[in-house]
Amino acid sequence: MRAINYRPDKTWRLALAFLPFALLILTYIIASDIRLTENPNDKLLPSFAKMGETIDAYAMKPDTRTGDHLLWADTSASLTRLIAGLAISTAIALVLGIVIGVLPVMSATLGPVVAVLSMVPPLALLPILFIVMGLGEASKITLIVVGTSLKLIRDIALRVEDIPREQLIKAQTLGASTPQIALRVVLPQILPRLIDSVRLEIGPAWLFLIAAEAIAADSGLGYRIFLVRRYLSMDVILPYVAWITLLAFLMDLSLRLLQRKSFPWFAEARAA
Amino acid sequence: MNAIVFDKVWKEYGDHVVLEQINLEIETRSFVALVGPSGCGKTTFLRLLLGEERPTRGSILVEGVPLKAEPDADRGVVFQRYSVFPHLTVLGNVIIGREFEKAGALGRLFGRARKQAEDDARELLTAVGLAGQEAKYPAALSGGMQQRLALAQAIMRRPKVLLLDEPFGALDPGIRSDIHVLMRRIWNESSLTVVMVTHDLSEAFELGTRIIAFERPRNRPEELERYGVRLSADIPTPPPTAPALPKGATITKDIEIWPKKVAGSPGVLTRHGHSAPRS
Repeated sequence: MRAINYRPDKTWRLALAFLPFALLILTYIIASDIRLTENPNDKLLPSFAKMGETIDAYAMKPDTRTGDHLLWADTSASLTRLIAGLAISTAIALVLGIVIGVLPVMSATLGPVVAVLSMVPPLALLPILFIVMGLGEASKITLIVVGTSLKLIRDIALRVEDIPREQLIKAQTLGASTPQIALRVVLPQILPRLIDSVRLEIGPAWLFLIAAEAIAADSGLGYRIFLVRRYLSMDVILPYVAWITLLAFLMDLSLRLLQRKSFPWFAEARAA
Repeated sequence: MNAIVFDKVWKEYGDHVVLEQINLEIETRSFVALVGPSGCGKTTFLRLLLGEERPTRGSILVEGVPLKAEPDADRGVVFQRYSVFPHLTVLGNVIIGREFEKAGALGRLFGRARKQAEDDARELLTAVGLAGQEAKYPAALSGGMQQRLALAQAIMRRPKVLLLDEPFGALDPGIRSDIHVLMRRIWNESSLTVVMVTHDLSEAFELGTRIIAFERPRNRPEELERYGVRLSADIPTPPPTAPALPKGATITKDIEIWPKKVAGSPGVLTRHGHSAPRS
């Protein structure tokens, strides 16, 4: 049989999916073991047991200085910023994207400025945000909004333009006004596509969050990673990175489930 | 009164003349079929009538009033594709016309008004043969059912003129003839003037009361740009005699194809230049 026609069945597919993860972990264990037998105080590749102890201390025991459970305090600080930033960004993008996509006048007015602004590297704006808004939460959330909203606006506007011309004509022949077309024809068809766009912006949002936390913060997952870096505490950094990855993955998964549950027509229409 | 009047209408895109000097009067309640080769401007004609495009010269009147320069509720439309809204159920697709008409900017009806709209929509869906499908989304319907839904959706708003842009072109022959029966019934029962673009001549003659053919009178490459399409033929079809719906299958015509084709006959091959034995 030709290779392109060989499809693994369900069990096989699951096993194959786990294989690279298993290999990565195995490689790490072997490498860590080699280094630790040479020098038991090596900090670069800590053993899983060591990482487990550290995380147990971070998650289960209160910090002697602040009295918080550090892992949970960091997680809640970071997630609050991230979700606030993404929510604001999504709301802005939904409104502006539909307005630009539906109204040619607004597209002529805002299209070029959005296209130019979306090319500004957001991290270059971070010093300005710190200067203008201070080192508090506002500047970090704003960085996420600036970094993700412009791309989302362009994406939504393009997806509005992808709605077949026939549908907009049809709505007009049924007597729909502009607000009615925006609310009953465009908005409901954009919402599931918006979820797809937001899923793609989760990665950049984490990037901006961690960058902002690394520079100026007193809590947060990014703050902690950059703090313990000074002590070469790989036993904290590695689990934190894994935890961030897991959180991002779960956000992506829950958005995908939300899309499937809330817009049953969307999967059907896409399959057809 | 004429439902639609085209008065010396030209349509040009830059230097390219698409329609040239179209003069046309369409009577109220007629069923006009537009035929012609692809790219001859049938669809441009329909877009002018929709209000999606404006004529470069000349004017179009609908019931004596100059046509609004945008699509509106007095002209319903069914396209070949994308005519129904994929995010609404079958019932929602039919109700939405009423909601656009009666509700404000939100475009939603509640309570008794919605109940009334739902009852009317169900009645219409039963009439087009979609009873029992109300809760489905269009993607779950076959092509023929989607077009039935598109018709119901357009009729719900009670347009004066119904425009059809190759509405049945993508359907299987059997399904197409079923939907022709429905189309004729809709045209008979509601006070509609219908303009249909089709590339199927038999469909044109079956449904239309009048066939209008589009053709470019000058077709040399150097003339293509500068001369547009004119109406080349305008044929009133005889009034439909008493609808003789067949009660069962009968053979009404038996046509033999000439010249006779016989499987494996060497003559067929030689004609196409294959090396058949010459005897």
